[in-house]
Amino acid sequence: MTRNRRFGRVRLILLLTLAALLCLLCLIGPELAPNDPYKVNLLQAKQPPSEKFPLGTDGFGRCVLSRILVGARTSVFSALLVVGITLTVGCVIGTLCGYFGGAVDTIFMRLVDIFLAFPGMVLALAVAGMLGTGLGNAVIALAATGWPQYARLARSYVLTLREENFVYAARLNGQSTWSILLRHILPNALRPLIVTASLSIGGTILGLAGLSFLGLGALPPAAEWGSMLSDGRGLMQQAPWIVLYPGLTIFLTVVLFNLLGDSVRDALAPADDTHLFRKVRPRFKKKGTPTL
Amino acid sequence: MENSLRPDRGSLGRFVLRRLLLLIPVLFGVTFLTYGLMFLSPSDPVEMMLQAQGIPVTPEVAQAMRVKMGLDRPFLEQYFAWLWRFLSGDMGVSLIDGEPVRQMLMAAAPKTLLLTATSLLVTVALSLPLGILTAVRQNRFSDYLIRFLSFLGNAMPSFLLSLLLLYLFALRLNLLPVLAGGGAKGLILPTLALSLPMSGRYIRQVRAAVLEQLGQRYVSGAISRGVRTRTVLFKSVLRNAMTTILTLLALSMGSLLGGTAAVERIFSWRGMGYMVMDAIFMRDYPVIQAFVVWMTVLYVVINLLTDLSYAIVDPRSRKGLGVQP
Repeated sequence: MTRNRRFGRVRLILLLTLAALLCLLCLIGPELAPNDPYKVNLLQAKQPPSEKFPLGTDGFGRCVLSRILVGARTSVFSALLVVGITLTVGCVIGTLCGYFGGAVDTIFMRLVDIFLAFPGMVLALAVAGMLGTGLGNAVIALAATGWPQYARLARSYVLTLREENFVYAARLNGQSTWSILLRHILPNALRPLIVTASLSIGGTILGLAGLSFLGLGALPPAAEWGSMLSDGRGLMQQAPWIVLYPGLTIFLTVVLFNLLGDSVRDALAPADDTHLFRKVRPRFKKKGTPTL
Repeated sequence: MENSLRPDRGSLGRFVLRRLLLLIPVLFGVTFLTYGLMFLSPSDPVEMMLQAQGIPVTPEVAQAMRVKMGLDRPFLEQYFAWLWRFLSGDMGVSLIDGEPVRQMLMAAAPKTLLLTATSLLVTVALSLPLGILTAVRQNRFSDYLIRFLSFLGNAMPSFLLSLLLLYLFALRLNLLPVLAGGGAKGLILPTLALSLPMSGRYIRQVRAAVLEQLGQRYVSGAISRGVRTRTVLFKSVLRNAMTTILTLLALSMGSLLGGTAAVERIFSWRGMGYMVMDAIFMRDYPVIQAFVVWMTVLYVVINLLTDLSYAIVDPRSRKGLGVQP
């Protein structure tokens, strides 16, 4: 068991390092690009990988590697932004609803019911489609689909935490509501929410790339992995690398984030596979309950 | 306890009624949001329509059209008028070519439903046996191999897999057609592209569900009493894992509704996903609205049926049904 846990920790650190490296790569990607990612040169279109163009060129003669490097920032950071927004919005709404209850709680939870009634992709398509194309709108669309899940989760944890002895103790101490919420409730509710968020990063990258692939994300000249796939799909027979390399990049990035998500879950909720949070609750008590 | 021993048909009926009543406000909200989204849109439907019909847009013409379409009236009035027409089966006409939305949906829906059904079938056919196999052979070679593959499948977006399958089977090996066309042969690649990533997700969950059951005491009890492993597995374990599997089915329906859009585009499979993407690019609001509302109604019904099937498969869950909204 301890050996397993040590292995888990090493794995988590390794994956976190890799994810950090990827984020660094996204930041300095444009500097690393061997060529101008936006320079159209039809004479060099559809060239196979060579020394000058390590991953070949696309239908407009633009360097595929450079476009992948520049697009990394868009693809990865937008997905992280979506996860950040959904986590924050869901967390705030869920915590307030769970703690205060009452009419606001009822209204928001009915709203959550309505949002969850839509199949995820249908709502994202509807929002992105109505707002029009553009990366910002795609982010809004995915955030609109994501927040209710977090709100409901946060609310359910806060509902049980609210009745814990340490919360009563804090109240008896004369702590203000905000201090109770921020110091006692939120830190305890956050752990499972962070697990959910880290498990959803990979899926969000896919969702965003999917919207871009459909033409609802980043607008044409901009480099984005999903739209690169979409641009290259007509040329697959003559120049498969236009599709293969961005596709491989998406795939590997999602693999990395999925592994990271699993690792974070194992570290924060070391229960068995099936019941993510079964063993976490008693730990709350030990940690937070003051000896009365 | 008595409740679980004697299945009470009456409470099941009341449960259904309760669920149906609870659906009314949800569906109101869904239609309201869907209709309201149009007003968030930066472009004006009247202008879009006039442009599509080749009529020069002047303020007077636009205003006349707005009055004719009822777009000058207050929002709530418009919403209820729209909802009323929608409920009576009139989903409006396409802003682009004036074709009734109802007809467009009728033409596209069977194709999407067919693709959804085949993908679902393949997903179940793959993830159920493989999930059980990996659970039974836990920590053996086949377990590791299948888990590894399912992990990769989970990270593979269906649009990328579509392109890879197209490249391999249609362009390189020339075995299957590039465009789905409509024949059975054309259905193979889109089905695989949708079901392989889903199976990747569900093999792991079936495995977890079966593993959880295998750890229960009734399993060791039955085996120590000399019941054959196969009997325990298929008569008890699988039945107990059924609720998880039903949940998976409902979830995969949810991700397929709308999730087929990219695959339909790639294979030119003219289903609802294909139709709605056209509508989105043309800003054809009535089509988008009809798509969203119908997909959501379908999903809501599926979820209701799933909850009902829990009660049938697992009598123990009946007690809790009334509480869970």
